[in-house]
Amino acid sequence: MSQAATAATHPPATTRRSGGNVGDVLFEWACRGAAVLVLLLLGAIIVELFLAGLPAFRAFGLPFVWSTDWDPVQEVFGAGVSIYGTVVTAVLAIVLAVPLAFGIAFYLTELAPPWLRRPVGTAIELLAAVPSIIYGMWGFFVIAPAFAHYIQPTIIDTVGELPLVGFLFQGAPFGTGIFTASFILAIMILPFIAATMRDVFEQVPPVYKESAYGLGATTWEVMRSVVLPYTRVSVVGGIMLGLGRALGETMAVTFVIGNANRISTSLFGPGNTIASLVALEFGESEAGSLKFASLLALGFILFVLSFLVLAASRYLLRSRLKA
Amino acid sequence: MSITIGAGIHPGPRKDLKVAAALGRRRRRVDAIVRILGLVAMLVGLAFLASILLTLAYRGSEAMGLSIFTRVTAPPGSEGGLLNPIVGSLMQAALGTAIGTPVGMLVGTYLAEYARGSRFGDLVRFVSDILLSAPSILIGLFVYTILVMPFGGFSGWAGVAALAIIVIPVVVRTTEDMLSLIPNTLREAVIGLGAPKWKMIVFVCWKSAMSGIITGILLAVARVAGETAPLLFTSLGNNAWSVDLTRPMASLPVTIYAYAGSPFEDWIALAWAGALLITLGVLGLNILARSVLRGRK
Repeated sequence: MSQAATAATHPPATTRRSGGNVGDVLFEWACRGAAVLVLLLLGAIIVELFLAGLPAFRAFGLPFVWSTDWDPVQEVFGAGVSIYGTVVTAVLAIVLAVPLAFGIAFYLTELAPPWLRRPVGTAIELLAAVPSIIYGMWGFFVIAPAFAHYIQPTIIDTVGELPLVGFLFQGAPFGTGIFTASFILAIMILPFIAATMRDVFEQVPPVYKESAYGLGATTWEVMRSVVLPYTRVSVVGGIMLGLGRALGETMAVTFVIGNANRISTSLFGPGNTIASLVALEFGESEAGSLKFASLLALGFILFVLSFLVLAASRYLLRSRLKA
Repeated sequence: MSITIGAGIHPGPRKDLKVAAALGRRRRRVDAIVRILGLVAMLVGLAFLASILLTLAYRGSEAMGLSIFTRVTAPPGSEGGLLNPIVGSLMQAALGTAIGTPVGMLVGTYLAEYARGSRFGDLVRFVSDILLSAPSILIGLFVYTILVMPFGGFSGWAGVAALAIIVIPVVVRTTEDMLSLIPNTLREAVIGLGAPKWKMIVFVCWKSAMSGIITGILLAVARVAGETAPLLFTSLGNNAWSVDLTRPMASLPVTIYAYAGSPFEDWIALAWAGALLITLGVLGLNILARSVLRGRK
């Protein structure tokens, strides 16, 4: 009764009240503690990876980052090949995925009849839900043989003969390799980029588009001259998000990249990425050995790479996040 | 930042009608081509999904049978099943979600109810988003260095910890999003009745956002059920029957990884069956999560 009386006499009460006070303080601190825990978690991941990789940085110095050696027998390790593979597969995946993602977002926002938008959008988003290991199996048993028998021989005979760019598409059609890994990665990041693009395209105020249509613009002209300029920052943010995902993908890449520790000039050649190298060699390295430290140092480098890309992506997408 | 909207749109018909007609035809042709390309892109995307699902259905159903669920993994040639990986995956995913969800909900609540617009809140949101997209293999490495190395061996608990870390940011994201959708008038009404803030959050905000939060939890389960890389270095895998979380523990994705890369026909067939199971489970959870959210509207 006394509580009700206080509530009635005081102006709209907030939290400073007798009964709820203890509960309020406890609850707020529980929430705040959990938030601090998340910060500590990220900090701990960075520090742990760095400390565990420190012996490798000490032993090889800064050249560890670009050295292409990886010789477990001689105990000489370098990150060059796997960093090269990581960056090349991720960038190539972006090159392959962006046009496709744009086409899908364009179709979903401007072309598709309203009743079709939801099921098709859901189907594309389900692509993002398929686990990475499934992409790996599918890539290894379905895509790689198809590439080896049909697609790569054709490309080698046509594009491979061209001057200047031809060397990128030469060599034996193994089916696996850098190009196949990029292709699988492209499909995996496609839904992330397409979903971001669709969401930002939908945020364009209809008035802008209607004005352009009123002037007689075609659908494509509205997209190119109204929607894209309005959303370009967020579109780049979505692409960066895809890039960040592609850098750290492990299982799918491990299945199809061919796992060779050398830089081949041809995109059809085998290679490795940081994640695939760690997944494959971690089990064969003894805790405390230099190889073990090198693998964790690689993990640290991968973390820094994806952190930078993801942070950039978030910065570019901030306007969308606020909306 | 200046956005020039409409800069590329061609001005209206020229004086010369022939030129104008030709330009109009060209513009319409370009438009038609791009429309077709958009349709093609959508079909290509759907074709990938269809190819994955059909391959899984075809190759997975060949090996599918009751023995998958009744027998444990066995050496090649001796008719094993997938019982221990299935149970291991269920246990680790369930425990990982059970541990990660409360933490994620509290963080999401903090962001939506206490830290709106504060710099500390922005920092936490940023870090949580980084964790959401960070390579999961690194989370496996991290848990290896803090739980496997010091305690002298791979264990189911280490796998659970890795999965819990992956669950947290997923739940943070959906909890905050769903709480932000609740109108402030509702909060004011509750406070106006004299309820303390924590009661407002637990009994009104959480309750109104429940279907959204459940969606987030289902999506988190779906995400961790298919994770392979973090388990490689934490729970490792176990060929014998074991539900002891202090020892290495089998999981479906790790078993699939080992079997699919093996040269044995029967192991590869089991890998396909496992892949079909996991995909059905994960996609089923995703569709369920969507329908929970839609049922609310």
